[in-house]
Formats: sequence, C-alpha cells, structure tokens
Amino acid sequence: MRWLALRTLTVLGCLAALAVVSKLLSANLDTYVFLVVIQCGVAMTLAASLNLINGITGQFSIGHAGFYAAGAYVGAAWTVLWQPIVVRHVPLLQLGAPVGDTLTLLIAIVVGAAAAAVAGVVVGLPSLRLRGDYLAIVTLGFGEVIRVVILNIDAVGGARGLTGIPTLVGSGDLAFFWVFGLVLAVVALSRNLMRTTRGLTWLAVREDEIAADAMGVDTTRVKVSAFVVGSAFAGVAGVMYAHYFTSISPDVFGMDMSIIITTMVVLGGTGSVSGSLLAAIVLTALPEFLRFMQDYRMVIFSTMLVVVMLTRPQGMFGHGEISFAKLKQLFGRRAAGGAKP
Amino acid sequence: MSLLELRGVTRRFGGLAAVSNITAHVDTGELVGLIGPNGAGKTTLFNLLTGVYAPSEGAVVFDGRDTRGMRPCRIAALGIARTFQNIRLFRELTALQNVKVAVNLRARASLFSAVIDTMGQRADDARLEALARECLTAMGLEHVGDNRSCDLPYGLQRRLEISRALATRPKLLLLDEPAAGMNPFEKQDLMQLIRTVQTTFNVTVLLIEHDMKVVMGICKRIYVLDYGQLIAEGTPAEIRANPKVIAAYLGEETI
Repeated sequence: MRWLALRTLTVLGCLAALAVVSKLLSANLDTYVFLVVIQCGVAMTLAASLNLINGITGQFSIGHAGFYAAGAYVGAAWTVLWQPIVVRHVPLLQLGAPVGDTLTLLIAIVVGAAAAAVAGVVVGLPSLRLRGDYLAIVTLGFGEVIRVVILNIDAVGGARGLTGIPTLVGSGDLAFFWVFGLVLAVVALSRNLMRTTRGLTWLAVREDEIAADAMGVDTTRVKVSAFVVGSAFAGVAGVMYAHYFTSISPDVFGMDMSIIITTMVVLGGTGSVSGSLLAAIVLTALPEFLRFMQDYRMVIFSTMLVVVMLTRPQGMFGHGEISFAKLKQLFGRRAAGGAKP
Repeated sequence: MSLLELRGVTRRFGGLAAVSNITAHVDTGELVGLIGPNGAGKTTLFNLLTGVYAPSEGAVVFDGRDTRGMRPCRIAALGIARTFQNIRLFRELTALQNVKVAVNLRARASLFSAVIDTMGQRADDARLEALARECLTAMGLEHVGDNRSCDLPYGLQRRLEISRALATRPKLLLLDEPAAGMNPFEKQDLMQLIRTVQTTFNVTVLLIEHDMKVVMGICKRIYVLDYGQLIAEGTPAEIRANPKVIAAYLGEETI
C-alpha cells in the first residue's frame, strides 16, 4: 500500500512538473521554436523506441518509419473516419469538447499502438531466423511495404495524404504535455527494463543469442516482445504527429525517415537511452537552426555526422548513460586534476 | 535410474556422421568424463544434449523425458546447463549480470511487472540477486561481480561460465573443456573446485576434457569418443589399459 501511494505520488509529481514546464515553454517560446521542440519530442520517442529493438535487444531493424506510419494512419483514420460513425450510433459517447476530445485521442493512441504492434509482430517473426544485415534488409523492405500500401488506400487519401485531422493534441502547452508525457513513458520503460533481472535477458539476446538460449532465455519471446513494444511506441509517436500537424502523407514516412531514426540510435550510442534522446534532439533541431546557412545547411549537417562517427565510432555515449553519479565523478576528477601543479 | 540416457544417437552433417549411434547413460550424482582426440564429436554431442542440434537418429532422454524437438531454452528449464568451449559470455555485461541472466529461470515476477516496477517485482529481484551472488561466490568470483565480463582474465572467464551455468540450478551440468588453456596447477585447482561445487549444488556433471591426466584424477567413469563412435567406457584404470584408446590417442603401431 505504501508502495502504491509512493508510486502514485511519483507519477502525479512527474505529470505536475511536466504541466508546469509545458505552461512555461508554450508561453515563452516563439511559435517556430515551439514547433521544433514538439518535433524533437516525437523524434525522441521514435529514437528511444527503436533503441529498445536495435540497441537493447540487438536486432538490427532499420524500417522504423513503417511502424510510425502505421500508428499515424490508423490513429488518424479512427479520428477522422471511424469515430464520427461510432459517435452517431452511440449517443452515450456524444460528449462535450474537452472530455470527448481526450477520449477520442486516447482511443486513437490505443488503436495506433495496436496497429503498429501488429506490424511489429509481422516483422518480428522473420527476425527469429534472420540476423544482422539480412534482418536489416527485411525490416527496411517491410517499412516500404507499409508506406506503399498506404499510398494505395484511397480512403486515407492515397498519395495526397490525409488532411483535416482535428488537433486533438492541442497546440500550446497541452501538446507539449502529451508529447513529452509519451517521451517520459518510453524512457521509464527502458530504464526499468534495463535495471531489472528480467530486462537483462533482452541484453543477453544482444550479447550472445546462443548462450542466452542455453541459459534458459526464451529468445523468440524476447525478440518478438522487443519488436512489439518498440513499434507500439513508434505508433503512438505517429498518433501524436498526426493529431498535432493535422495532416499526414506517405512521403513523410519514407525510407529517409527510417534512416534518420536509425542514425539517431547509432549516433547516440547503440543501447544508450540518454544517447538516443540527445541524438534525436540534435538531429531534429540542428537542421532547423542551421537554416540561416541556406544552401550549406545540409553540407554542414552531414559533415558533423561524419566527424562524430569518426571520433566516436561507438556513438556519443557508447553503451553508457547519463547519470548524476557519473557527472559528479567526472567533475570531481576534473577539479582534482586541475588542482595539481 | 539414469538421469540422462542416450539411445542410439546419431548426427549427420551431409555425409559425415559427426556422432554415430551412441548409447550411453549418466546416473544421478555421478561425475562422468568424456574424452577423445580433436574432432571426435564431443562438442557435437553436447550440442545434441542441449538442443542446439536435433539428432538425425536416436533419442536423448533426460529425467524420463524425450527431449527431441525441444528448444535449448526448454531443455535448460528442464535442468541441463552447459558451458562453452570457446567462451560465450555476455561480454558487455558485468559478471554479476551474466549470472543474473541465467537466474531468470527461477524468477517469479513477469516481464510486465518488471517494466512497471512493482513491489513484488522488487522483492523478487532482491531474491534473484542473492541467488546470483551465491553462484558467484561458489566459483570464487564474489570480488569481481561488478567488472565487465570481457575485462576479466581468461581463467576467471572460464569460472564465470560455470557460475552462470550453475545459476540455472541444473540437475545436469555439462562442462566443455573448462580447463582449456590453463597450466597444470590451475587445472588441478579448477578440478578441485568442480568437485566441491558438485557436492554443494548437488549436481551431476558430464565433463569434456582433452587432458587425460585431469579426467583420470576426478572421474569415476569415463567415455571415450573417436571419429564420432564410442570406443570405450570404464573406470580410469580400464581406460588407461584399453588398446583402442591408446591407439586413438597415440596412433597404432604399424607392422
């Protein structure tokens, strides 16, 4: 009981803090910067969720945009196409704007996550037989398959895309609250997973599958779980994107998006949650803030990527994480080193 | 009753019978040696026992159950644990984490409760950590628990493999050349340790070893494999005197 109270308090505290930050940021940032911040939040979720598959479980999947698309489209299809039908037939659900909208969004999140999770199972199954570069090719191909399928469904607009999605996420502080609430959720999940004995089995699959199997780890289950959880979070990121930007089109979820998400994980340090998050911010914000360089923008951006990978091939963080203990140690050592003559 | 029974086990790779028609048994509480020259099929036999390979013919019966078609993780759960000849630790994980992976077989909390970090899960985790530390201590590794396993010296890595296998609480422990690459003194130490562990953990051991002298020292019963065939079985004294074994190891006299 004490635990439950403590846990509820922690969660509520986090949400309250998030709400305060949302208010502050939405009031003080200009619209353009705020937009970039929201994009960063979506990218952070995508990177952290791919990190579950790629970094923690070691299954080299590079078609993450497919799951992102599945979530975005199915979530948006619910809000735009199915929800009005349901509401018309069930008078009980004809609620006022704030409650009704929140409920619609929550259901969109659930169906988006479910759709992406199903796609995750479909990709996860070949991962039982394939590894390394072969798996990468299959996942990349599958991501494209999802995009092409969407491209050919007229009900969701085909190549024109789906427009007129209501901004259920809101535009100001509410949007920040939803998007970064999602980031917190995926980070909390990753952290808990890596701290517990159960979660170590995921790392064991990455390190040595044959040994893990021999030690009683059900590697099939671990790999499929990783794909399901990782893609479900990508799906929710898609739902957020759709209900914030109000329009989606298949070309947003192309191969280049998959590559960028993969780059975030690799650049941050495969397996490092904090690395993925930081790389997601850098890779999303940098191209925007380099806009004043005009034509040289992408040249500089690419050069920076090359330099980082050359100087730190293991990624910015390697397998490590940011922790206060380590920071203290680092600064302590610096101070001690500086004191010497 | 035999804990492990091999009934005419054969494994072919293409035209080559790596292991051919082997019938053998290991009884509860025994420490049995399996020796043979390079390429005799010893490791293949281990892979058959642990489900890495399925037998082409014959059956492996463990604890009264036919293990045909079972995946390695199922067989591990039944109670067969192994070490690897070419060390296969989870390199980036610490020594303690390596053992904790194996201790998961005895976990009660589900993956879901791990992820949402429930109270029951924390209690379970504490229990599992204690079990893992116990296995580290048994192999004299309690001081290196927080070192990354790939940073450990070679001899300790071999011990960690045994420690990790013990963490699954096996009935049968398969050791694949645990003393490979060690000097004679280290080998003696290790064999002593294996014998101690066998009694404290109450486990049956099947041991592959290249070095005849080492096996002769601790095993009461020995099987000899050559070219995939079982060529001899008996006490160390019988094996030493067996002309077929001498021929396999030293070559035959040509007249």
